[in-house]
Amino acid sequence: MSCSRRDFLKDAVSGAAATVLPLSAFTFLTTDEAKAAIAEATVRWAFLVDTTKCVGCGLCVKACKNENEIPYDAPVTRTWVERYVVTKDGRTLADSPNGGRDGFTTGTIRGEEIDPENVAKAFFVPKLCNQCDNPACVQVCPVGATYQTHDGVVLIDREWCIGCGYCIMACPYGVRFFHPEHKVADKCNFCYHRITKGMQPACVDSCAFGARRIANLRDPDDPVTQIITTERVAVLKDEYGTKPHVFYIGLDASVR
Amino acid sequence: MSQDAIVHGVEWTVKELFVYPNEFIYWSIQIVMYPYMTGLVAGAFVLSSLYHVFGQKDLKEIAQFSLVFSLALLPVAALPLLLHLQQPLRAMEPLLTPHFTSAIAAFGIVFTVYGLIVVSEIWFIYREYFVHQLEALRGVPGFWNAQRRIAYTVLTYGARDVSEEAVIVDHKAAKILAAIGIPVACFLHGYAGFIFGSVKANALWMSPLMPVIFIMSAVVSGIALCMLTYIVIMEWQAFRKRRQGGAQAAGDLKGAEKEIISKASRYLLGFLIAAISLELLDLIFRGYTAMKSWDILRSVMYGKDFINIFVLQYTLGNLVPFVLLILPGRTIKRTVVALLLVLFGVFMMRWNVVIGGQAFSLSFAGYMHYHIPVIPHSLETFKEGVFGALTVIATPFVLFWLINKFVPSLRRDIGEV
Repeated sequence: MSCSRRDFLKDAVSGAAATVLPLSAFTFLTTDEAKAAIAEATVRWAFLVDTTKCVGCGLCVKACKNENEIPYDAPVTRTWVERYVVTKDGRTLADSPNGGRDGFTTGTIRGEEIDPENVAKAFFVPKLCNQCDNPACVQVCPVGATYQTHDGVVLIDREWCIGCGYCIMACPYGVRFFHPEHKVADKCNFCYHRITKGMQPACVDSCAFGARRIANLRDPDDPVTQIITTERVAVLKDEYGTKPHVFYIGLDASVR
Repeated sequence: MSQDAIVHGVEWTVKELFVYPNEFIYWSIQIVMYPYMTGLVAGAFVLSSLYHVFGQKDLKEIAQFSLVFSLALLPVAALPLLLHLQQPLRAMEPLLTPHFTSAIAAFGIVFTVYGLIVVSEIWFIYREYFVHQLEALRGVPGFWNAQRRIAYTVLTYGARDVSEEAVIVDHKAAKILAAIGIPVACFLHGYAGFIFGSVKANALWMSPLMPVIFIMSAVVSGIALCMLTYIVIMEWQAFRKRRQGGAQAAGDLKGAEKEIISKASRYLLGFLIAAISLELLDLIFRGYTAMKSWDILRSVMYGKDFINIFVLQYTLGNLVPFVLLILPGRTIKRTVVALLLVLFGVFMMRWNVVIGGQAFSLSFAGYMHYHIPVIPHSLETFKEGVFGALTVIATPFVLFWLINKFVPSLRRDIGEV
């Protein structure tokens, strides 16, 4: 058996390539990345809305639209504020013009002037994605473009969404919509780009009344987690089995 | 706001009372067309299988035609989905990265399997004819004849044995494929029903009966369309023969034959009864159990959509054709009217499911009204408007005309099984 220099070099180069190419499929993780990748997550994001503190100013909606680049005047929004008025004669009226973006400054609901004397109770309910534990939207996505992260937040891959709208149909809370510019499904993600860097979601930061707060349910020392676990909180539409993770203080039976 | 920044659904949705801000009629006319066209595909195939598998001899002529027509309808079942996607260039993704917990992920697979079955069944039935054509064209001069020869060479796939045994094997294979095709066709469409029936957020759609209702009405519409097209083509051919060749040629072509039509309409009536029974069962059950959603559903069904559901769908689309078909002394003209009404009725059923399911808000405290765009002023209002729907309706007839150039499904002497 003979081995010329040429053959040796040829084999050496191809041998090295054959070894290195598969290895390049592996990447080195930073400590944080490695921690995040292993199953036992140390973070489960949740949200607490104290409806008794909300005054319906709409600053959270404004902040959200700016932070997440949702066209300001498009009639879609990642978060919105609903106003409920229950009258003494037993009627429930609700509205959310422009998602409550410009605040609620008149006593008129859809052109109907409400007599203040006739109001039995009235309150505001901020809404956002519930980051469900059993998300119907993730289940129905035909291409896996929307997915749940290990810390509980449901995200959308804008590069992979085909825009079929099945997730929009599947969400019982109506939080999803088609982004007017990207033409793909869109929704609140608790400002994932902020919370994963130790910041607060834009709506939480902008709320002057502390009506919106974010929690890490896996951290027993988190003050918001302590409220969720020790006080009486409710979730929206639990009959759908989605296990929503936005908890409400002061939720009323009239809230839709 | 720029033209690009228009929110999908804003142009045709009118909101009433309390509707969540992000709610619009996202699934519009093309999603009405999708189950409608899929239903026609499945129904056409089931009609052809009644002859091929169950040996209903008197359906023979319409069976060949239905099978080929079902192939022409097949691409059109996917077309509305493509027109509806916000990212149509990513249409192949459900095949590349199927996410199998989603009902839609299976579409590509079921659709492809079904397409292969239909194509191979047609091939086995018409292979003998392809070979004969190839032999007949051998040495015939002319550019187009050369092209046709190439086409038939490809169509035979090199299998040119037309001995008696080989042809028997062909027919056996066609029969087996037809038998496999029935459950697959039902699956293709039942699964379209599942896409809607499994949406738990939608009070109107969520029902385990939905797939079965869809299959039944699919067969109804498929049979109706095949009968209708068959009658029209046959009458047209007979009319042409009468004008060209005088009386003796007209004798060969008797026009749409009465027995075929009466047999097929009996099947049509059977499936129609099954479809209506299931739909009424669903309605009664919802009223009787009166879940949380019933108040808003009732106000939509008995109020806002009353004309669409009870007048157009049940009365005009089901009851009237039913009476027209069972009354004695049926003529071809009356049958045609009945068939048109049946097709309209099934379309209204799809409309009432898809659009009706979005006629009320998830808040159960408001309504949405759909105003279909008629005159398009943008690509979106074309795709999801009247003209988009008409494009979808017209395509299968063009395709059938094309396919029929090579696979003469209307000739009675070819494709015996």
